[in-house]
Amino acid sequence: MSTPASLADPEIARTEPTVAQLFSGFLYLGLIGFGGVLPMARTMVVDQRRWMSGKEFTELLGLCQFLPGGNIINISVAIGLKFRGPVGALAALLGLIAAPTVIVIGLGILYDHYQDDPHIRHLFAGLAAAAAGLLVSMAVKIALPLRRKPVAIAIALLCFLAIAILRLPLLATMLVLAPISVLASWKLDKGENTR
Amino acid sequence: MSSVLIALALIFTQLSLLAFGGGNTILPEMQRQVVEIHHWMTAQQFGAMFALAQAAPGPNMMIVPLVGWHVASWPGVLVTTLAKFGPSSLLAGIAMGLWERFKDRPWRRIVQAGLVPMTVGLVTASAAVITQASAHEWILAAIVAACASAALTTRLHPLLLLAFGALVGLSGIGQI
Repeated sequence: MSTPASLADPEIARTEPTVAQLFSGFLYLGLIGFGGVLPMARTMVVDQRRWMSGKEFTELLGLCQFLPGGNIINISVAIGLKFRGPVGALAALLGLIAAPTVIVIGLGILYDHYQDDPHIRHLFAGLAAAAAGLLVSMAVKIALPLRRKPVAIAIALLCFLAIAILRLPLLATMLVLAPISVLASWKLDKGENTR
Repeated sequence: MSSVLIALALIFTQLSLLAFGGGNTILPEMQRQVVEIHHWMTAQQFGAMFALAQAAPGPNMMIVPLVGWHVASWPGVLVTTLAKFGPSSLLAGIAMGLWERFKDRPWRRIVQAGLVPMTVGLVTASAAVITQASAHEWILAAIVAACASAALTTRLHPLLLLAFGALVGLSGIGQI
C-alpha cells in the first residue's frame, strides 16, 4: 500500500450508504445513464454521495475489468457488497437495471405493434443503422492502440475471423485463443523485462 | 414453453460468464444462438433490438431482457435477466474477496493484457455482425458510415447520432 496516496486522500465526510440508498442511487444512474453509465457512476459515488474515494473506485474498476460482465454491472455489485453484503449487492444491481428494463421493453412493445407501418419500419431501420455506426466507431477506438503490436493484431484478426466470418461458437474460440493470447502477452512481457 | 426458458437460461448463463471485455463482445454469439440456432427471430429483428437497447438509458446490455421478452414474454425477461447478470455478479462477489491477495501480482497484469486483443477481435466482430444485419440498403450503409465517422471525429452525444439516423430513416429516402 502506498502511504503517500492514502495520506493525500483525506477522510472527509465519507458516508456509508444504506441498502435503500444503494438501490435509489443506482436507480438514478440507470435512468440518466445514456451512452455510458460509468463516468456518471464515478461522479455519483465519489464526488456527489462520497461513498468512497476516487482511488478506491479506480481499484474496484480494475477488478471489474478483469471479470466477465459489463463493468458498470460488476461495479454496482462490488459497491453493494462492500457496504451491505449480498443484500446490498442485490439492491444495487436491481436498482441499476430496473428502470432501463421497463423502458426497453416499452420500446420493444411499440416496435412490435407498429413494425408493419412503413414509416415506423423506416425509422427503426435508420435507428439500427446509427446504432451499428456507433458500434463500428467503438471497435475502431479500441483497435487503434494495437497499431504497433503485430502479435496482438494477429490474435484480434483470428478472433474476428472465427466469430464474424466462420461463426464459430464463442466458448470454443475463447478456449483456444485466450491461452495463446495470454502466453504471447507473457513472452512479450518477459522480453521487455530482460532487455 | 419451459424448454424454451431452459434454453434461454443456458444460453445467457454461458454468455454471462464469457463476457470478458464487456457486453459488446458477446453480441455475435448471442445473435448466432437466437437467430441461427434457435430461429427465434431474424437478423434484422436482432439488429432492431440492439438499436432499441442503445436508445434506452442504462447499461449497454439492455438487449438481454428485450430478447427474453420477445421469445417468452415476462417469464423470458426474468430468466434472461437472471441468467445474464446472476453468474457474472456472483463471480464478481467471490473475486472481491480474493482481490486483495492478487492485485499486486505480475501475472494479473499479464493476463489482463493478454485479453485485450480478444476484446478487440470480439468487438470488431460485433460491429461487423450488427452492421451486416442493419445495413441492407445503400442509405442505411451510408447512415452507418456517417455515424461511425461522426462518433470518431466529433464530440457529438451518441443520442444525437441515434436521432439523426432515425430521422434519415423516417424520411424513407432509399428504402422500399
